[in-house]
Amino acid sequence: MSKVIVVTSGKGGVGKTTSSAAFASGLAAKGHKTAVIDFDVGLRNLDLIMGVERRVVYDFVNVINGESTLKQALIKDKRVENLFILPASQTRDKEALTKEGVESVINELKEDGFDFIVCDSPAGIEKGAFMALYFADEAIIVTNPEVSSVRDSDRILGILQSRSKAAKEGRTVKEHLLITRYSPDRVEDGDMLSMDDIVEILSVPLIGVIPESDTVLQASNSGNPVILDNESPAGKAYIDVVGRFLGEDIPLRFTKAEEKKGFFKKLFG
Amino acid sequence: MGLFSFFRKSNKKNTANLAKERLQILIAHEHADKSKQAPDYLPKLKDEILQVIRKYVQVNDRDVNVNVEKGADYDVLELNITLPENK
Repeated sequence: MSKVIVVTSGKGGVGKTTSSAAFASGLAAKGHKTAVIDFDVGLRNLDLIMGVERRVVYDFVNVINGESTLKQALIKDKRVENLFILPASQTRDKEALTKEGVESVINELKEDGFDFIVCDSPAGIEKGAFMALYFADEAIIVTNPEVSSVRDSDRILGILQSRSKAAKEGRTVKEHLLITRYSPDRVEDGDMLSMDDIVEILSVPLIGVIPESDTVLQASNSGNPVILDNESPAGKAYIDVVGRFLGEDIPLRFTKAEEKKGFFKKLFG
Repeated sequence: MGLFSFFRKSNKKNTANLAKERLQILIAHEHADKSKQAPDYLPKLKDEILQVIRKYVQVNDRDVNVNVEKGADYDVLELNITLPENK
């Protein structure tokens, strides 16, 4: 059975594409045939984060319009077996994504034996974001520990629960909260919402916490999904997320502040 | 910076708690608004019901009151029509 997972957030810049790239790569690395689709028509970026920007020939909209086959448009990753990327188009036509078109692409991927179809949603609550979540069986809500991000996540959760295909058919979309850019030190100091606060406000089960880390920018600079950097805390945290998603019981890491500075360090540091 | 920040930290406000309180109030309000939201068809429904009733009785627009209430797992459509007094 294939599963469709949307990575969404409402707010922009919280790490949807970084998370989609990492999550899809992680699933594929565990041996699951995985496709990751960029739904951000007009502003594609997944190809860049995945480092395949120079291999894009056809895109999602070409497939929907019948200008290319799905096979022609899917980019096979060279680092991870079982991983395929479907880039968004650069067309500015927002109406390019139709429900029927998206559904036919998802169905074809299912028929081709894909285990997981990861939909990287654009920001906002307009057509692209709606299309990305409409067919989802499960949703990863990417949230930063920051007021506007938490509020937007709540809005997106409302849309998932009322307007997705699952909701219309009386099913529920399984929700997972993924907190990114988390700074345990700042939480300790009382300057950042804690993961417990966010879970309490949104009442969605937590699937992972990605610490704020320099390696995320380094990974995007070089076009390597950060999960492939298994030296970095962020990469390790994403590996844990994939494990939990697949049903493993893995305790949280990188969520506690580093040891308190000693008195002298505080005085002079 | 060390010495100053040491003192400042102790009497600085905890902004994370403030953020949490603000979000909880805001989200509770937004959820309440959403559950009160009437379905799109309500004005048209009201209009058509009025037309049917006017075939038999003359009523004013303001004598018809349509209201939707959301329960836990059911919605109630409430319709109140004040009929004119018989003369």
